[in-house]
Amino acid sequence: MMPVLAMVIPTRLVHLSGVDVVIIAFYFALVLAIGFYLRGRANTGEDFFMAGREMTAWVAGLSFLSANLGALELMGWAGSAYQYGIMAAHWYWVGAIPAMLFLALVMMPFYYISKTHSVPGYLKLRFGEPARAVSAVSFAFMTVLMSGVNMFAMAKVMQIVLGWDINFSIWVSSLTVAIYVGLGGLRSAIFNEVLQFFLIWAGALLIPILGLYEAGGWNNLKVQITQRASEQYVHMWSGLGHFNTNPMGIHWTGIVFGLAAVISMGYWTTDFLVVQRVLAAKDLRSAELAPIIGAGFKMMVPFIVILPGLLGLAVLPMKLVPESVAAVTGAHSYNDVLPLMLARYCGPGLLGLGITALIAGFMSGMAGNVSAFTTVWTYDIYRPLINPKATDHHYVNMGRWTTIVGVLISIGTAYLVMQFASIMDYVQALFSFFIAPLFGTVLLGMLWKRASGAGGFWGLLSGTLSSIGMWTWVKVDPSALRYVALSPYAKGLAQDMYQALWSFIVCVIVTFVVSMMTQPKTEAELTGLVYGLTPIPEVGNVPLYEKPLFWAAIVVTVFFILNIIFW
Amino acid sequence: MSGRVISIWFFIGLSLLVNGILILGAGIWEVFNPPENPVVLFQLHASVWWGAILSIFGLLYCLRFAPGRA
Repeated sequence: MMPVLAMVIPTRLVHLSGVDVVIIAFYFALVLAIGFYLRGRANTGEDFFMAGREMTAWVAGLSFLSANLGALELMGWAGSAYQYGIMAAHWYWVGAIPAMLFLALVMMPFYYISKTHSVPGYLKLRFGEPARAVSAVSFAFMTVLMSGVNMFAMAKVMQIVLGWDINFSIWVSSLTVAIYVGLGGLRSAIFNEVLQFFLIWAGALLIPILGLYEAGGWNNLKVQITQRASEQYVHMWSGLGHFNTNPMGIHWTGIVFGLAAVISMGYWTTDFLVVQRVLAAKDLRSAELAPIIGAGFKMMVPFIVILPGLLGLAVLPMKLVPESVAAVTGAHSYNDVLPLMLARYCGPGLLGLGITALIAGFMSGMAGNVSAFTTVWTYDIYRPLINPKATDHHYVNMGRWTTIVGVLISIGTAYLVMQFASIMDYVQALFSFFIAPLFGTVLLGMLWKRASGAGGFWGLLSGTLSSIGMWTWVKVDPSALRYVALSPYAKGLAQDMYQALWSFIVCVIVTFVVSMMTQPKTEAELTGLVYGLTPIPEVGNVPLYEKPLFWAAIVVTVFFILNIIFW
Repeated sequence: MSGRVISIWFFIGLSLLVNGILILGAGIWEVFNPPENPVVLFQLHASVWWGAILSIFGLLYCLRFAPGRA
């Protein structure tokens, strides 16, 4: 323990007891043990990169959600709930559920039937090598950079919350991920993600339960929030009629068309980080059910993320401030709300479990990045462009080494961010450039047989460039936000929504125009890839409760009820 | 692949069981040795009942999905 203690710095939000340290240490031991145990079951390419395509719907579904449930996501959205109120839940409901169901019922059959290893792999089959190359290189590049940015941000959180040295946090957590993913491949990543999912709930669920008890129930909480902030903090839709009648400074069109129709569709249906988990399902029915199961649990996540932020507004004695103000004044920032609530209610043991939940969230996100990067590098860059004729064993070894290299690049990025903090903003912005146009390209590829290879390539490229152009325009001239986001009252978040919407539209228009001027693939070549030319296998003679459509209908019903209740 | 893989649910049960026992133990210890600066709502002894719930769930999962049984 001495070397660890020596690296601890004196300022911290919470203090861990012996039992807390044991709980955290047990977590690390267990994830490593799982990696070593699964080592012998990752010998072929299908095993290492696709987990043998034998995951049940539940395992694939929980892993699908867990890869997205990073610690920064938990803490960031709890902070956003404190800052903007219950509107932050839009990113969990309308900004996720329709897209997850669309993936399950519309897009998954094409991904699954084509037997692709990745989303860029689908683009290769549908549009040809150039579209795959653009998508694979940008995805691989951005994934490791994002992983590094998240790694640094998490290490910073551990420093603030626990007083841990940044170097210690970066190396211990990233090497643990490198070991268990490098040994067991995607199966190990998925197993650990499911474990992490349970730990996140076990560690975070007590906060809203105890918080609601302290606040005197939901109705009393709403009264307290209205008194301390504003009535709009407890309404999701009623203030969205105008940009300046809600805390977020956004219009309902930005939420519906920008967030729900483009950004979330792009993320949940084309970001290989999450789609890879579903591709590992054992059959098509499981692959369709997995995102629906994920959607069911996604709807509940606001209970452990958004509600603690709202409770913080009501019960915390201090006023939280933006990060920039906190850096100057030393006050707590919005992003501290979840650790503050954890420290408020959780004594020895529970605190350790809560911190384990945050670490688990971070590691599940990082493992998702690393395993997706490894697959795209090996199957979509190394094999087609560098070494096409190697053995399966060679590609598995390449995957193991790529895992290590990917983690090392992430660590390098984390240190780069440490030196030049502004890099973080650029990397996060860069990532958003690709999502919306990629969705346009994949969607047209799946639903429109006339879309040609040239159309797909130029649509993807022009959509991405238009997104970069708009971002640069606002960066150079901030007043341009009124044009990009359609209002002088728009705030930063609104820019993301509208920028995504315009780049998606540019992608679709360019794809359409270029496709009409170029030769499409023959129908025989498109079989298994495009709607109308692909026989979708029937779910079979199974009971109603085993049909994906039945569960999707239930999720949709609950989704509408929740939005009406919190309107 | 050779042999059956130990179920992921067993690992989850193991994790919940061990964490539950540790939290339950810490909670019981605090009941008899109250801290000088207790957390808010300390009188509810959340560690005790939450630790017990996790232990029970963990034990059930361990038994149901024990290697060689599932």
